[in-house]
Amino acid sequence: MISLFLILFPMAAGMLHFFLKDGKTARSFALFSSLATLVIALLGLTVYSQPEQHSFSRPWLTILGSSFSLQADGMGKVLTLLNAVAYPLVILGTWQRVYAQPGRFFGLMLLAQAGMMGVFLTTDALLFYFFWELALIPMYFLASQWGGERRIPVTFKFFIYTFAGSVLMLAGLLYLQTQTADHSFSMAAFHKLKLHSATQLKLFWLFFVAFAIKMPVFPFHTWQPDTYEQAPAATTMILSGVMVKMGLLGLARWLMPVLPVASYQWGDVVMSLSVIGIIYASLIAIRQDDLKRLVAYSSIAHIGLMSAALFAENLSATQGVMIQMFNHGINIIGLWILIDIIERRYGTRKISELGGIARQAPVLAVFFVVIALANIALPLTNAFPGEFLMFNGILGAKSKYYILFVILAGLGIILAAVYTLNMIRRCFYGEPGTLSAAGGDLQAHEKWVLGIIVGLILWMGIYPQSLLGLSEGFSLQWLERIDISYLFRK
Amino acid sequence: MNALIISAVLGVIMMFGSTLLKQKNSIRALATGGMLLLLLANLLEMGGIRFFQVELKGMLFFDQFALVFHSLLLLAVLLYIILAAPDMEKVGVNYADYFALLFFILCGVAMVLAFKSLLILFLGIEIISIPLYILTGSDKKNLKGNEAALKYFLLGSFSTGLMLMGIALVYGARGTFSTLANPAITPMNLNLLIAGMAFLLFSMAFKVSAAPFHFWTPDVYDGAPTVFTSFMATIVKAAVFVAFVRLFDELFGDFDGKWRLWVAVLTAVTLFIGNITAVFQQSVKRMLAYSSIAQAGFMLFALYAMNGDGKEGLLLYAAAYCFATIGIFAVLARMKDYTFDGFNGMGKTRPFIAAALAVFLFSLAGIPLTAGFLAKFYMLKAALAVPGSAWLVLFAVLMAAVSVYYYFRVLQAMYFREPGETSHPEFPAYFKWVLGAMAALVIVLGVLPELLLGRLYF
Repeated sequence: MISLFLILFPMAAGMLHFFLKDGKTARSFALFSSLATLVIALLGLTVYSQPEQHSFSRPWLTILGSSFSLQADGMGKVLTLLNAVAYPLVILGTWQRVYAQPGRFFGLMLLAQAGMMGVFLTTDALLFYFFWELALIPMYFLASQWGGERRIPVTFKFFIYTFAGSVLMLAGLLYLQTQTADHSFSMAAFHKLKLHSATQLKLFWLFFVAFAIKMPVFPFHTWQPDTYEQAPAATTMILSGVMVKMGLLGLARWLMPVLPVASYQWGDVVMSLSVIGIIYASLIAIRQDDLKRLVAYSSIAHIGLMSAALFAENLSATQGVMIQMFNHGINIIGLWILIDIIERRYGTRKISELGGIARQAPVLAVFFVVIALANIALPLTNAFPGEFLMFNGILGAKSKYYILFVILAGLGIILAAVYTLNMIRRCFYGEPGTLSAAGGDLQAHEKWVLGIIVGLILWMGIYPQSLLGLSEGFSLQWLERIDISYLFRK
Repeated sequence: MNALIISAVLGVIMMFGSTLLKQKNSIRALATGGMLLLLLANLLEMGGIRFFQVELKGMLFFDQFALVFHSLLLLAVLLYIILAAPDMEKVGVNYADYFALLFFILCGVAMVLAFKSLLILFLGIEIISIPLYILTGSDKKNLKGNEAALKYFLLGSFSTGLMLMGIALVYGARGTFSTLANPAITPMNLNLLIAGMAFLLFSMAFKVSAAPFHFWTPDVYDGAPTVFTSFMATIVKAAVFVAFVRLFDELFGDFDGKWRLWVAVLTAVTLFIGNITAVFQQSVKRMLAYSSIAQAGFMLFALYAMNGDGKEGLLLYAAAYCFATIGIFAVLARMKDYTFDGFNGMGKTRPFIAAALAVFLFSLAGIPLTAGFLAKFYMLKAALAVPGSAWLVLFAVLMAAVSVYYYFRVLQAMYFREPGETSHPEFPAYFKWVLGAMAALVIVLGVLPELLLGRLYF
């Protein structure tokens, strides 16, 4: 039942928002309902943590072989927690933004939350597709209606890209359904499939393209920097912090265990694309002048590392991906909140027009440095254990080229340090820029939000076990499912 | 049988109505009431109550599929008349005659849905086509309309000729017009049969505007008065599709190896031409004309697959497509500006209408939780059951992604752009109610398709 509430509650709250006209009421109600969702999620992890309370199943569309089934496994729990934590932070972090038609804005935001909850929790492939689209469409409307100057063409590109990917996935899902013994869309039936390896090798790309566009992995990333730049701040945060994890979840839940042979066979190709993406995106990030675009490219690099690690197919890498999915979300939301504060205070996001902020706003500078360092995985911050586990995992990968992948991905870490430290130096130190001379320090509620984020960063950096424990059972089970060594045994 | 006879009678009544009734309101009320009666009579027949006992000599048989389909189409026509009847006044002076022609077309629709003899099929198609030629040219002062009517008439007659030729050849091979008989075919006759099949395939493809027989469609749909385009593109097209599928199922079901590849090529070409050309249109009306070609491409999957899923899918597809297209055309008919820019800012000025249009567009584009998604889903599922059709399915889903481009241009105009100088028309309250109900229907069918599909088996 907990799983059902996690979807229904934001959905109902989101629909109610469409009837709210007043900006302040809508905002407060949105904060309240996202906090309530967080409480539900936390209750699900503590008081009601028995497995039966996390699963829910009712017949629906039975003539198609589908059902309304939800089940929170380890990965589902980590991601629903991220989704539930992210929303209050985002709403509070952009508290001072004023929107035209605020009721509709927050309504769409919460509908997207419900859609993502559904994606993270469902164990039925058709339902997965429904929620996948349900999460996408509100995002498209949000970015197109409240975004920047070039919002309409840019977000349209994003939508067409993602939609094209998802219809390919739909064709793949349909094919898999016709192959199952009982013609059902259930995950269990999909996992039982033992398809011929030649079929798997072809089907793989139908799914991979859909998920790679979502994450995004090089060379499917071209929509991402533009969309992050043009979308309104709150939407960008959700898009980059939570929504990209849908792609990783798709890989881990709907692709690799269903087509294990193809995942093994194409593993080198995917890992190559991922590390190319890491290097490529990091190099571009160094040259960026716009803070939003810089963070957007750095996100491509981080996601690239996670997708490479997933295909390393061992426990260390998998666990690294699981906790990094959560931590990357927190860090990047923190960065976006800081950039949004800078933009509102100084009226620009251009690094060349900023400078010397640390003098006027020391508290802002401290928060920025801590969160930026977490983004490049300094020890004691949350990203460190995740990246460490992932590198450790890639070193143990079965691939012939693992050493090459480790070196290139490691180079990405160095490049990340280059662009991050350079950004801190040019924005916060040196002579004040043309626009950053005015403007005060943080306000109370901003300190609260950033304080919570830094708290989470340190907590997960010092005691990552709290997340690792959540996903460990899942990771072990998952490795068993994708294991294809029985094919080589005589 | 109920609906067939009553629609013919209603046609005659409406014809005389034009001399007896002078008030436009009373004509409209008579037509709406007649339509309601027609729907009711058909629903009663589904329940086993037949008003007329006619010896049909096996030429017509109203089975459950035909009746369910007919009820669906009659419901669509009823909604269409409620939404669009006031707009017909603007077309010309012969107000009652338009309704008479519509009822005659419905008579033909009943025939093509239930034919068991090729003669009835031919009669049905002609009874549908001739009133349509008249309706296309009904705006007598509009040059474009006249051109469209003439073009439609000439090409339509040509395809009728082809069809007659096909029927003659098939008769030559089988020795009977009945589709139920199963005569032995000698190798000599097989060639005749296949030649006849090719003629029938081409002429029916013309009627459902499948590429490369689609060239009349954009001009005719664009030239005809918008209210009648809506009727032509939805109800007529869906009915002819059923005839198409039934014809090939009953007559040539055993020879699917011979025509399946042809249909596959027709499908792929139709999807490609419809979708790609629609992308480049500047007028919403013309875009909808090409979109109707593109949607026909998806409906051809029912013919291609020729299995249970395909037929169920065709029913769902017809529902999704008819409701959505009728709704969009009804709004379009009242707009002053037919370009995409004409819809600018409608989300702000007419929020309710814009929301309903958004649902229709989602459905046409195949977004989940609308009937359009499940309809496409059924079609793809049906096609996948045919071995070796993966390429066609992949091509179709990519074309579905292309279709998002032109459907969403309307959405963009409505929601993301500021209102322009031309103001949007006022919509009366009943119009909003009916449009809202249609949008709700599209969503309900997308969530609970059993409501419609379940009727096929009880």
